[in-house]
Amino acid sequence: MYDYSTASETALDQKTIKFSARDVQVYYGDNHAIKDVNVDLEDKTVTAFIGPSGCGKSTFLRCLNRMNDTIDICRIEGDIKLDGEDIYDKAIDPVQLRAKVGMVFQKPNPFPKSIYDNVAYGPRIHGLAKSKTDLDEIVEQSLRRAALWDEVKDRLAAPGTGMSGGQQQRLCIARAVATAPEVLLMDEPCSALDPIATAQVEELIDELRKKFSLVIVTHSMQQAARVSQKTAFFHLGNLVEFGETGQIFTNPTDERTESYITGRIG
Amino acid sequence: MSDATHTSLMAQSAHTRRRNQAEKRFRAYGLAAIALGLTFLVVLLSTIFYNGVGSFQQSFVNVPVYLDPAKLDKKGNRDIADIKKVSTFAYAPLVQKGLFALIEAHGIETELKKPKDMKKLLSASSTAQVRDYVISNPGQIGETVTFRLLASSRVDGYIKGRVKRADVARDKNINVAQLDLSDAFIKAGVISKEFNLGFITGADASESRPEQAGIGVSMLGSFFMMLVVLGLSLPIGVAASIYLEEFASKNRLTDVIEVNISNLAAVPSIVFGILGLAVFIQFMHLPQSAPLVGGLVLTLMTLPTIIISTRASLKAVPPSIRDAALGIGASKMQTVFHHVLPLAMPGILTGTIIGLAQALGETAPLLLIGMVGYIATNPPDGLASGFLDPNSAMPAQIYEWAKRADPAYYERAWGGIIILLVFLLTMNLIAILLRRRFERRW
Repeated sequence: MYDYSTASETALDQKTIKFSARDVQVYYGDNHAIKDVNVDLEDKTVTAFIGPSGCGKSTFLRCLNRMNDTIDICRIEGDIKLDGEDIYDKAIDPVQLRAKVGMVFQKPNPFPKSIYDNVAYGPRIHGLAKSKTDLDEIVEQSLRRAALWDEVKDRLAAPGTGMSGGQQQRLCIARAVATAPEVLLMDEPCSALDPIATAQVEELIDELRKKFSLVIVTHSMQQAARVSQKTAFFHLGNLVEFGETGQIFTNPTDERTESYITGRIG
Repeated sequence: MSDATHTSLMAQSAHTRRRNQAEKRFRAYGLAAIALGLTFLVVLLSTIFYNGVGSFQQSFVNVPVYLDPAKLDKKGNRDIADIKKVSTFAYAPLVQKGLFALIEAHGIETELKKPKDMKKLLSASSTAQVRDYVISNPGQIGETVTFRLLASSRVDGYIKGRVKRADVARDKNINVAQLDLSDAFIKAGVISKEFNLGFITGADASESRPEQAGIGVSMLGSFFMMLVVLGLSLPIGVAASIYLEEFASKNRLTDVIEVNISNLAAVPSIVFGILGLAVFIQFMHLPQSAPLVGGLVLTLMTLPTIIISTRASLKAVPPSIRDAALGIGASKMQTVFHHVLPLAMPGILTGTIIGLAQALGETAPLLLIGMVGYIATNPPDGLASGFLDPNSAMPAQIYEWAKRADPAYYERAWGGIIILLVFLLTMNLIAILLRRRFERRW
């Protein structure tokens, strides 16, 4: 089991903590999907969640912006704090939380609307733009951040669903960025993309780190190694090991981590 | 396996041959089933068309009628109140004289000499038609005006081939001499078969004058019923489905509701009819035979259909769209109304139209709330009267006609079915077009 106390000391020295989870348990009906997870996620950092299929990494990710609320049988125990506030407190409105903690999904899921409307939807419902020029500004900035602006600036009215897979995923990132979140959660953002689009999205993730803290779930260990500074290894619902990415991949302390990384389990 | 004898791919093994034959047989069964279905359809449609097409044509007699001032306006001061006092009985001799004038003008020989003999040639409605004309144009009194009058149903039937000369011996409504005269009139061009607009726009008529009966008023009855059904079942059905599909948590209660909605869809429509009779008429004292009540009953019947199809189309919207909207902080309601509902709309509309088409063709519940057996003679004059005045509906009207003894009404019933089918096919066509037009792929 990952020893939380020593890791947090080193982490605290360097950066502010964005998310901190304590004794988190998640149940799907009778199934205990997440067991005793304790973790601190730092600001302006890419944290990668790795682990074999069904290990709970996506489930835990979805706890961070309460997307699990939409699943009736899902039950969560323990504390998850964002900037010191318990996000499962009764006073917290999940809708406000999700505006702060954006999410990008495994499969690109642009709305069947124009590129412009896709990006503008979030700012519109949150009232972030006071005028049309404001909104245009936000849309352009978000598309630039998602490294998509140059490709689509001449066809903002074209449907978002008509683009290539990689472009669609970057559009989804732009859409998430447009609501000015503080944390961006990415659930296997590249699993449906070809290697070139993957490279573009990875480059983008590195770029986005300057402004946001990112949490990325990935099946590809190479990807975790490339884009993340911190890595968490999940196995059968347990957070087995959490630490600097370099250390996890070169010198894991737990033998399960080592087995997974070397391809013996998973 | 390694030392198995070599088998050639060129020769089919017994097993493969059996499989292929089974497949061939199955294809033949399928084709036969389709061919049988198509045959039934063709037989059905051609029977309907063959029997009903006659009602779209009607025989008319062009009669010059001298509007005799001595009969129609005895005081001679053209006072409209006095003219209105003259009943249709006074008009009958004038119209009959007009027919004698025609016989003379065309040099037709006939043994029919008495004015009464002419009565059976024309529809009983003809005197009323002339009277209506005189009341709206009193200035024409003293002139000879040529009227296009409906021929009686027997003459019409004779022209259409429904009434045979051999049959008239036992028929006291017409005799051979009158048929001879009709033949002569046809030759002279006095009687002609023309398109029957009155059938589409007109009102129902009494048992004795089928030539005058039309489906127009009951069409309006159906129209007002459909307004009620659409106005109630679409919002209620969509609201219920959205709540059940998007907001309600899945538990025992919602399961029970779901099962019972499916049960309701399978309840025979006459049950809804008796429910409507008990609740809307006997308990709430809404007017009998009113399209409002008919619409309420049909709403009950249509709701499950709309709820089921709406839920199906909401379910068909991929969850990734909901995730996307929720993930950027849209509320549940924003997610539903901005994204899910617009995508489900074509499916919802299709289901609604199909539900409406079902309701439009429904007869059984109308039996119980008094929309059958009622002779709808006057078109409603306004919205309130359209909803509240007694009326019939298209399928009820067809049923009513089919019940009547006169074979002329039999033809009317088939004609009504053609009109009803045209409406239903149009609605289904709109549903298909909507689906095609707005269908999205993900």
